[in-house]
Amino acid sequence: MEVLIYLIPIALVLGGAGLVAFLWSLRSGQYDDMEGPKWRILDDGDLQENTEPVEAAKRKVS
Amino acid sequence: MSTPERDWAAFVTDTDDGRAHMDLAVDGITCAACMYEIERGLQKLEGVEKARVNLSSHRLSVDWDQKKTNPSPIVDLLQKLGYKAYPFDPAQVKSRGDVAGKEILRALAVSGFAAMNIMLLSISVWSGNASDIDNETRAFFHWISALIALPTVAYSGRIFFRSAYMAVKTKRLNMDVPITIGVLLATGLSLWQTIQEAKHAYFDSAVMLLFFLLVGRYFDHLMRRKTRAFAENLATLKAESAAKILEDGTTLDVPLSKLTVGDRVLVRAGERISVDGRIAAGSSEVDQSLVTGETLLQFVAKGDLVYAGTMNADGVLEIEVTAAAKGTLLDEVNRLLETAMEGRSRYVHIADRASQLYAPVVHAAALLTLVGWIMLGMAWQPALVIAISVLIITCPCALGLAIPAVQVVASGLFFNERVLLNAGDAIERLAGVDTIVFDKTGTLTLPEASLSKDHGLSPEQLDLAGRLALSSSHPLSQAIARATGAQQILPDAKEVTGKGVEAIVDGTQVKLGSPAFCGVADAKLVQARDRQPDASFVAFQLGEADAHLLPVGQFMREGATETIQKLKDAGFSIEILSGDHAGAVKHAADVLGVDCWKAGLKPQDKINRIEELKAQGKNVLMVGDGLNDAPSLAAANVSISPVSAVHVSQAAADAVFLGDSLAPVMSALTISQKARGLMNQNLALSVIYNLIAVPFAVLGFVTPLVAALAMSGSSIIVTLNAVRLRMIAGTTTQPDQEA
Repeated sequence: MEVLIYLIPIALVLGGAGLVAFLWSLRSGQYDDMEGPKWRILDDGDLQENTEPVEAAKRKVS
Repeated sequence: MSTPERDWAAFVTDTDDGRAHMDLAVDGITCAACMYEIERGLQKLEGVEKARVNLSSHRLSVDWDQKKTNPSPIVDLLQKLGYKAYPFDPAQVKSRGDVAGKEILRALAVSGFAAMNIMLLSISVWSGNASDIDNETRAFFHWISALIALPTVAYSGRIFFRSAYMAVKTKRLNMDVPITIGVLLATGLSLWQTIQEAKHAYFDSAVMLLFFLLVGRYFDHLMRRKTRAFAENLATLKAESAAKILEDGTTLDVPLSKLTVGDRVLVRAGERISVDGRIAAGSSEVDQSLVTGETLLQFVAKGDLVYAGTMNADGVLEIEVTAAAKGTLLDEVNRLLETAMEGRSRYVHIADRASQLYAPVVHAAALLTLVGWIMLGMAWQPALVIAISVLIITCPCALGLAIPAVQVVASGLFFNERVLLNAGDAIERLAGVDTIVFDKTGTLTLPEASLSKDHGLSPEQLDLAGRLALSSSHPLSQAIARATGAQQILPDAKEVTGKGVEAIVDGTQVKLGSPAFCGVADAKLVQARDRQPDASFVAFQLGEADAHLLPVGQFMREGATETIQKLKDAGFSIEILSGDHAGAVKHAADVLGVDCWKAGLKPQDKINRIEELKAQGKNVLMVGDGLNDAPSLAAANVSISPVSAVHVSQAAADAVFLGDSLAPVMSALTISQKARGLMNQNLALSVIYNLIAVPFAVLGFVTPLVAALAMSGSSIIVTLNAVRLRMIAGTTTQPDQEA
């Protein structure tokens, strides 16, 4: 059972990493808007203008 | 409409990296497409570096380079895109970002992390206790648990410790006192047991308790934050600013917080007066309906007092800002409001009432357990362990979730019905209401004047009247213009100040204005007034023919009659208390079928009537919007304002409803009654849980495992029960929406 002496601290460090990650995301304002971001992923505004989707697909194929 | 020169410096703050920053409340954001449109549009502007819309709170945050641009093009662009936007006054929005919420969330995260890790160790110990764990391993596990639990209790528990300390200092008892005692004793006992290498430690209970309670706290906070954010947006979109007259005679639009007594502001025809003051120059008629409830326009000239919230009808006024002077209406309102607010604070929340009963009973039970076991011959140490286990298991975990969980579900439902809560306890107070007092002007009636449906004009004539009305800034003309939807101004229309507008169309003269201006006989006017006592009349004359009288007034809100009928059917007794003249109030009461009404009341009279009702043991809901209603809104047991209300009234009211319909009042009452029922159920569940658990604890059967199961079980049950509100309230309000 001596292995517990290593395993438990390792488990705690891993859990602690999760906690730190959450606290960081909270601090960086990721919980300020719970509505917007889910729509932002559907926004194509960052694609180049005048690029027809069909042409883009063709280029990919060729 | 051109935007007047504005003092942007008051709204702009500097960011750390030298850019300018401004937060704006944006009206008209309905979906994600609006968000893209605004962000993309703004980012194309020269100099704008960051534009981000918060879709939950309908706010926009913009950063720009001060050398390249200024805020004017940003606001102009938003207007062009069709959104009404107004910057937040940084002085009013003190805490950008949600400081309190983040503190709770951090504490919640830490306690969640600790609860899971300690539970992992505890389960090993529990199963080991049943099989073959050796003492060293158990002590090792307990020490690690202690290592995690002690800093967690110190960090996550602060929120409760602080509140308990404040309560004890002011000699009150709140829920946080038994929580603090329970958590501290559980931790202390466990530490003692760990040092003694005993079999049981309650670290998991202490930390899990904090975790569940923090969930309840966060619910509570979420509800408040959401409604407060929208209330702030509404206040900001009302654009509480004034055109200040500078020394060189030019005007500058400044936020109200930048005005001081003695400043002069300019109010143009058709604008709402945003300050209290004395007229320094000019004369006009003002619509005081938001202030006194009086619907007739009042003539004011140099030296007269005017109040914030009144509408300047037809002249340009120069107003000197005054503080509330002795003996003015505003002074009276402020004085009454202060007294009424004191009375309000006497209300004790259900949760606090429950904990006032709860804490002494539980603490007495623990003490009796200790004394009892010692008298039965047990050594003091194990007796103390049992007594503390009684405190741990009765620690008001479910009680702490019982009310907030219902409140957060209820406030979501309120939100759907277009009601925003100002006060968290408004739900429980709304549920107890049996008498409803309405103000008339602006509350039962629409806040703005509109054209009555039986005007007797043909569509062509109506269109002509509307186009003619466009040339005048008088509120009655604007009401006609709005009602007809006219767009094109008649080219050669000219306004005769104080009388009306006239124009020549196809060789015929058309006139719109006061009855005298169009040559209406007094007898005819009197006759029309008798028929519609709640209306003002605008005359419309085509050529030499007899003039038509167009009734314009503040007519009933949409659904007012149905809502009043439904409220009466539901058993509420209804009264109308108005500052308007008797004829108009009687007419409104007759239309709505309300028997009990009083007219011509001063703010003090309204309070007197409400106090009289309260003395009879009635629970009074006041619905009002005017400055004269503000004290009675605070004096009533609970109050609701329409969103069109003056600022003071909205701040005094417990809830605000949006839109033109009166129906939200009915749904607010229905939802809160259902919510109150569930709160009581939840409290009963918590009591039943204790009735079952306490005897076991007193007898010494409560091991850490039993405590953990009981605690999480009861918390989950009350939370699930709260979610049921969505179903029971949802089914009853649905048919109303369709109707």
